[in-house]
This record gives sequence, structure tokens and C-alpha cells, in this order.
Amino acid sequence: MTTENTHLEKRSLKNVVIRFVGDSGDGMQLTGTQFSATSALLGNDIATFPNYPSEIRAPQGTVYGVSGFQVHIGESAVHTPGDDVDVLVAMNPAALKTNLSSVPPGKTIIVDTDSFTKKNIAKAGYEENPLLTSQMDPYVVIEAPITSLTLESIKDIGLDKSSADRSKNMFALGMVYWMFSRPLEHTIDFFKKKFKNKPLVIEANIRALKAGYNYAQTLELMPSPFVVLPAKMEPGTYRIINGNTATAWGFMAAAEKSGLELYLGSYPITPASDILHELAKHLHFGVKAFQAEDEIAGVVSTIGASFAGELAITTTSGPGLALKGEAIGLAIMMEMPMVIVNVQRGGPSTGLPTKTEQSDLLQAMYGRNGESPAIVIAASTPENCFDYAFIASKLAVEHMTPVILLTDGYIANGSAPWKIKTVEEMPEIKNRKVTGVEGTYEPYERDPETLARTWAVPGTPGLEHRVGGLEKQDITGNVSMDPENHQHMTKIRQEKVDRVANYIPELEVEGAQEGDLLVVGWGGTYGSLFTAVNSMYENGEKIGLAHFNYINPLPKNTKEIFKRFKKIVVCELNMGQFHMVLTSHFPEFEYYKHNKIQGLPFSVVELMNKFQQILDNK
Amino acid sequence: MTDTNKPVYTFKDFASDQEVRWCPGCDDYVVLRSIQKALPLMNRKKEDFVFVSGIGCSSRFPYYMDTYGIHGIHGRAAALATGIKLANHDLSVWIATGDGDSLAIGGNHFIHLIRRNIDVNLILFNNEIYGLTKGQFSPTSLIGQKTKSSPFGNIQPPFHPGELAIGSGSKFFARVAGGDTKLQQRIFVEAEKFEGAAIIEVMQNCVIFNDGAYDKYTDKAVKSDAQLRVEHGKPMIFGKENNKGLVLEGLKLKVVTIGENGVTEGDILVHNAIDPDPTLHLMLARLEMPIVVGVIRAVPGKTVDELCNLRLAETRAKSPFKSVNDLFASGETYEVK
Repeated sequence: MTTENTHLEKRSLKNVVIRFVGDSGDGMQLTGTQFSATSALLGNDIATFPNYPSEIRAPQGTVYGVSGFQVHIGESAVHTPGDDVDVLVAMNPAALKTNLSSVPPGKTIIVDTDSFTKKNIAKAGYEENPLLTSQMDPYVVIEAPITSLTLESIKDIGLDKSSADRSKNMFALGMVYWMFSRPLEHTIDFFKKKFKNKPLVIEANIRALKAGYNYAQTLELMPSPFVVLPAKMEPGTYRIINGNTATAWGFMAAAEKSGLELYLGSYPITPASDILHELAKHLHFGVKAFQAEDEIAGVVSTIGASFAGELAITTTSGPGLALKGEAIGLAIMMEMPMVIVNVQRGGPSTGLPTKTEQSDLLQAMYGRNGESPAIVIAASTPENCFDYAFIASKLAVEHMTPVILLTDGYIANGSAPWKIKTVEEMPEIKNRKVTGVEGTYEPYERDPETLARTWAVPGTPGLEHRVGGLEKQDITGNVSMDPENHQHMTKIRQEKVDRVANYIPELEVEGAQEGDLLVVGWGGTYGSLFTAVNSMYENGEKIGLAHFNYINPLPKNTKEIFKRFKKIVVCELNMGQFHMVLTSHFPEFEYYKHNKIQGLPFSVVELMNKFQQILDNK
Repeated sequence: MTDTNKPVYTFKDFASDQEVRWCPGCDDYVVLRSIQKALPLMNRKKEDFVFVSGIGCSSRFPYYMDTYGIHGIHGRAAALATGIKLANHDLSVWIATGDGDSLAIGGNHFIHLIRRNIDVNLILFNNEIYGLTKGQFSPTSLIGQKTKSSPFGNIQPPFHPGELAIGSGSKFFARVAGGDTKLQQRIFVEAEKFEGAAIIEVMQNCVIFNDGAYDKYTDKAVKSDAQLRVEHGKPMIFGKENNKGLVLEGLKLKVVTIGENGVTEGDILVHNAIDPDPTLHLMLARLEMPIVVGVIRAVPGKTVDELCNLRLAETRAKSPFKSVNDLFASGETYEVK
């Protein structure tokens, strides 16, 4: 079907940001993931970001029911889902209204004119049909009767109207496929597999997809379709992965590598539940994914499983971490290995469950009673959630202490190409299990280097021992209320975490290695920070990025790097929590802050403006 | 013991080197000794026993046992035990807990442990008071009970542990007096044999904050008339003269005397602990005079820890994936050259 438009010269683009928006039942997530997958198969680098409401099916046509999926594709590396939208596909007036501000003048908007009924226009809060007003003038608006054309294309296959209606997203996708010269095969195969037992659904979606494609082609919607050439990526086998799946797989790889079985104790919570869903699928790898009665049982059963010798993890989001606090303290006291994943979301309280934020850093660091240090690390991209889940497991098991792994809604739900790794290429994990000792077993005897104790698992003869939340005498693990011992043990627990700095990589700077401005970030903001810094660095600014994945302890060379720059700015999606940590560690430096608390990631433009401002203010 | 591969233990093998620090005269000493005497009868290896607890007087229990043990946090022993049992189905896991620990702060874990029928044994030390925090009313304290936190008398109605357990789907519920070491040992052995969550309520006297709470059942003078000890398959007869028994009158239990009003032994209800219908078990658990002791309910059923293991083994056998590498390379992948 592509032969007919060969007379059109294809225009090449470096990268494009496309956003699909519609009602939360309109299938925008599916549409977006299909476009992403097809583009990745063509060799583009991609970054995606779904944006959906916390209501499952909010009333149709309302602004709070709008669900969106943004994808950034490029022929060079892309690190963020993009700030400004090049093509907006709006399935109804509410979707147009809530997303118009993201589209710069001159860019393209595709609308389903069938949905611009009086009722929907009013529901969206417009006084008149926006398509007929001057506010659309700055844009290239493509008006298509998507719903009616979809129904027309599938009217004879005998599908009921509401099912037929649901195919309209594929019509829209077909149009966009034509615009960007994408083949349809991947999506057609997807429907054939996904709805194997529903031939009518397969037929309807394929027909709608083709109808959309042909419609765009026949009407020559645009002067010519675009081409985004393949990106120059490291050769290898790739797959598209989102952060939550990568997290789950990282743990599975760690279990296999360490020879331990994986136990997950978890309670459903947005946006962490997908890790539970993913792990629940893999019972065949020995993964026990236990859905507990509450957050507390999730973490406490995890401590039980750890005591019994498994690689034990619990997953949650902010409010859940608050509930788990006391139990994490127990694991710190018992010196048991476990990983607590916090997929951060907007807070406090229930906050913004489906939006991203980095405001649990201090909770992860300090949110427990008593002096209770834990290792805290943070993943920074969807694909490196795999690596940090693996590393979190390794540190927990080798250092015999809880590790908190921070991700966030943005990287958890965002996806990117992942160059597939194998268990063989991952680092060794040596667990500290003991099978027998000479003389009496002393549970709190320590490795002189790491200070980690040993792991004696029930079922092992001769090593019967008791551990618990009461203060322990060093070496024996017996209950001790001795004042000197308590101080000693408090210091040991801190020292044990501090010494992890000897086992983590040093901090690396990207961009300028020394100079005017060091941008400091941590966790899921990496993509936007890197894109902003890199672009300014390439323009000749002496600007570098120090992005932290290890928060507690900090990399050993942190101070040395900070010294090399005239100014430091700490950028976070919170009020300045990492800034507070850095200030307490390195009070000798002055820090600028850039903070955003809108439930949204940084935009590259806002970062560049901020950095320029700091650089100019000499 | 017939299995010669299993070592022979005495109660001393299960006593740790830690000094026991309960108040003199506390029933907890009796229960501790009963457990230490019962474990050697269970034909299991010492290293397979795990004792877990939450917080409270009775929760110090694991420290006094020379087995694997965790003294956890308040209310969470059931969740600890669940994790241990899901991780290693072969262990014999015991929970020592109190009425505050399991019925107040840990109430959620208590009912879900029962709902899932996790194969553990839970000893509920019910003294109807908070001991370790020094004398506040508990969820089993009686209406009107004057405690430090209810100086004008408790106005919060109590839970009946048996009713709560059976209402949560309990398959095994037993009750025993705090001083009755013989019956305790028998019940503990029964509980260990039972596959599923075995809930054992101990009527435990707190000598400091609620002394005499169970005197009406445990005083030597009244004991035989006030406690009905049930055994599966036997008529529910009790009393000093062994001539009292239970019959059903309409939908209620009634105490009758054999030989009076034409009542014969044949009229007395025979205890059926394995009846899946919990109606009669609930009535027995709720009966106030006499109080029913022994194994009230012991209905075989599936346990979630076993199901989890079975399903794991089945899926593992069927799966085409032997390593996570196979999963990572499966489905939609693409080559970049």
C-alpha cells in the first residue's frame, strides 16, 4: 500500500514527539505503546511517558478523565519523552483542552471531529467549538471524522456499536503511521496474538488501522510523510522495557545469580503494583509473589522469608513506605538482607498517586524510629531499574542489611530500549549463609571488612539462634540493655552502611569535567538533566552533570568532584531533600537549588533557562 | 519414636541459656515447660522448629527456646511466620502471642493467617489485660473491668478469640487453662500434626494486673464442674461426678445431668471436631459455663503455603524457561546492527 505515494518525497526528521490523548477508556496507552514498539523495531531510540488519571474510568468526555501517552522517537539518542509536542492526537474536546498548551505554534494537531459534539464541547468547559475559533489558527489542524469513518470501515463485520467504537484509536494510529512512514505489520501481529479467540475484534482493529492509514494517504493530509531514520545505537539485541518490568527482572536475575529463591511480600499500590504483577507471572522461576493483607504484612513477611533464607523484597510507594517504617527498623536491628522498593509518587498522604515526584528521599533516609541507617540507592532510567534492582539485592545480601531502592512513577511507567543482559554478564553475588561452625554459633560475629554478620537459616543443624527487635549484644546476639553496648552497636550499624562506599562505583561527571556549573541530580530526573546539560555543553558552556544513583552512602569522590566547579545546582522534584543531605555532608559548598513539585518531570527548556541564569549571574 | 534417623530429645534440649524473666507465678512458665516437653514428642528435628513472636510478656517466649526464633515487632508475628512458612514449607513454625498483640494491633494479620490457613501453630496467651505496658485493658477485657486506662470501668465490648478465629475461617481451634500442662502438651502435639493454622487459646492468669481472671474456671474446687474437656468422637460429659453433659435444645446448648429428667448418656452430644460446619464449634467456643477446653475444631483443609509450593513445582516443571535469560530473550526483541 505504500507504492502509491512514492511520488511524495519523504521528509526526514531528527526526532519527533507525539502525544495521543483521549478518554481514559479510549485505548490511548495501547495506541502509544504500539507506535513506540513499531518505531523501536525500525531502529529509533525511544522514550515514552504515559500520563493517566487516578480514576479508572472517569466520566466520558470530562477533562479529569483524559488519559495520554507521549512518545519521543529519534535518530539519535533520546533521554526524555520530550517537552514540546510535535503531533498531538486528540480524541475529544477535553483532550484538546488539557493538552493544547504543550503544543507549540506551527505543530500538528489531529482531532476526531465526530467527538466535537455540543455535549462534549460543554463537558470540556469550552463555550463554543474550539475548532471554529481563532485559537486553533497557530496550528496545523487535521480534522478527521475518525469515529464515523471507523464505524463505516467495519460496519459489515457484525460487531456491536460499543465494541466497534473502541476501534477508533486504531484508525488514529493508522493515520499517524502514514505520517511517519511506519509499517502496520507489528500492530497487526499484535492483535492477532492478543485476541486469538476474538476474531471479530482482530478484524475490526486491523480494518480500522488500515482505514486510517489509507485515509491519511488518500487525502494527503500533509505535504509528505516524515521519516525518522534509525538511531546510532550500540549493536545488540534490544527490547522495549518499562521501569517496573526492569525492576522485577533485575530481582529475578539477582535471584538466579545468587542461587537464592526470590520472595516478594507486597500490597497493591500505584504506581508500584506492576512489579507485583510482573513477578506474580514467574512462579516457574521459583518466584513467590505474596499479596499480603496490608503494607505491614508485606514487609514483615519479607523479613520472615529473609530469615528463612530467600532473596526477599517488598515493593511499595510513598504511603506504603511510611507504614513499613517500623519493620524496616526491625530488619536493621536483626541485620537481615532485604530490599524495599519505593516507586515514588506525589505526596503527602494519598497525594498524586499517578504522578511522579522525588519527595520520599528523606523518608527513605531517616523515616524510622531510632538510629536506623539503611543503604539507599536510586535508579535513573527505565532500563537501569534492572541494574539497580540487581545491585540492591547484591548489597543487601553481601552486607546483611536492608536496602531501599528508589524509583519513581516517571521511570517506572516510562519505557525505553533495553539492550538485553544475561545473568552471566552480571556481577557475582556471594551470600553469607553458614552451614556449620566450630563451637557455639555467634550470630553477630562480623566480617572484618564489611562488618556484615552471617546468615544462619532455619533447618541448619547446630546454628539455632534468636534474633529480634531488642538491642543485641555484639557477637552473641543476646538481648542487652547495657548502655555501652547500645552505643557500640549503634555505631556498628552506621559504620556497616558507611563502609558500603568501598563497594560502590565512584561518581562520574558527564559533560565538562570541571568548570563553571555542576548540575547535581539523583534518580529519575537523569534524562531531562542530561539532555539539558549536554546541549549546553555542546554549545561551549563549562557545564557538567553529576547524577547520583548511590545516596546512602554517597560515592567516595563526591567532594572531590564538587570542588572542581565554581557553582553547584541541585535539581530535584521536591523541595530540596537531596540538597539537605548534601548540605549536611559537605557544608563547605554553596548550592543553588532548582525544585519542581507539580507531579511532572523537569522539562529540558526550563532546566536550560535555569542553568543559563545561574551561569550568567557571575 | 519409631524413626531411628530422628534424634531423641528431652525438654532440656529446647531450653536456651537465657534466664527466664516472667513474674513469679505467671502461667507463661507452665506453657514454656509444656512446649519444651511436647517438642520431643513431635518426631521432628530440632533445627526445623522456629518460634516467632510480636511484643508483650508472652512474646519473650522465643528467647527462652533453644530453637531458631524471632522476637519481632508488635502484632506482626503472624506476618513473620507467614513469610517463613512460604519461604520454607518444611519448617515447624510456632507463634507466641497475646491478646493485645494478636487481637488489637495485630488483628489484621491474625484473621488473614487464619483465612489463608498457613500451616503454623499460634499460642494465644489470653490474660485479658496488657501486661508489659503495665495494666491497660485489652480487646478481651470484660465490660466494666477497671484498669489503668479504664479507671471508671471498661466500656469496650470484648472479642471472644474462638468466635473471631472461627469467624475468620479457622480450621483448628483449641483452648486450655494456663496451668494445665498435661492438656497443653496434648494440644501442642495435636496442633503440630494438624496441617493448617492451629489456634490455641491459653487462659493465662496475669498475677500482677489481672489476677484471678480465670479463677471461676481453674480453682481446684470448681474446676471439674467449670471446664468441659472435649475429645473428638467422645460424648461431651464433665463434672465432679462425671454426670453432666451437653445437649442441644432448639438452637442452643444446654447443660443436663445424666440420670435426671430421663437423660441418659446416649442423649449427650458427641464431639465432632472435624465437622466442616462451624455452627456447633462456635457454640462450644462461646459457651461460658462450663468453659470448653481441648480441641474444639480440627477440620482438614488446604493450606496456602502448601498450595503455593505445589503450584510452584507444577509451573516449574511445565515452563519452557530454565533461566531468566530465556525470558529476557523471548517475545518482542529486535536487533541493532
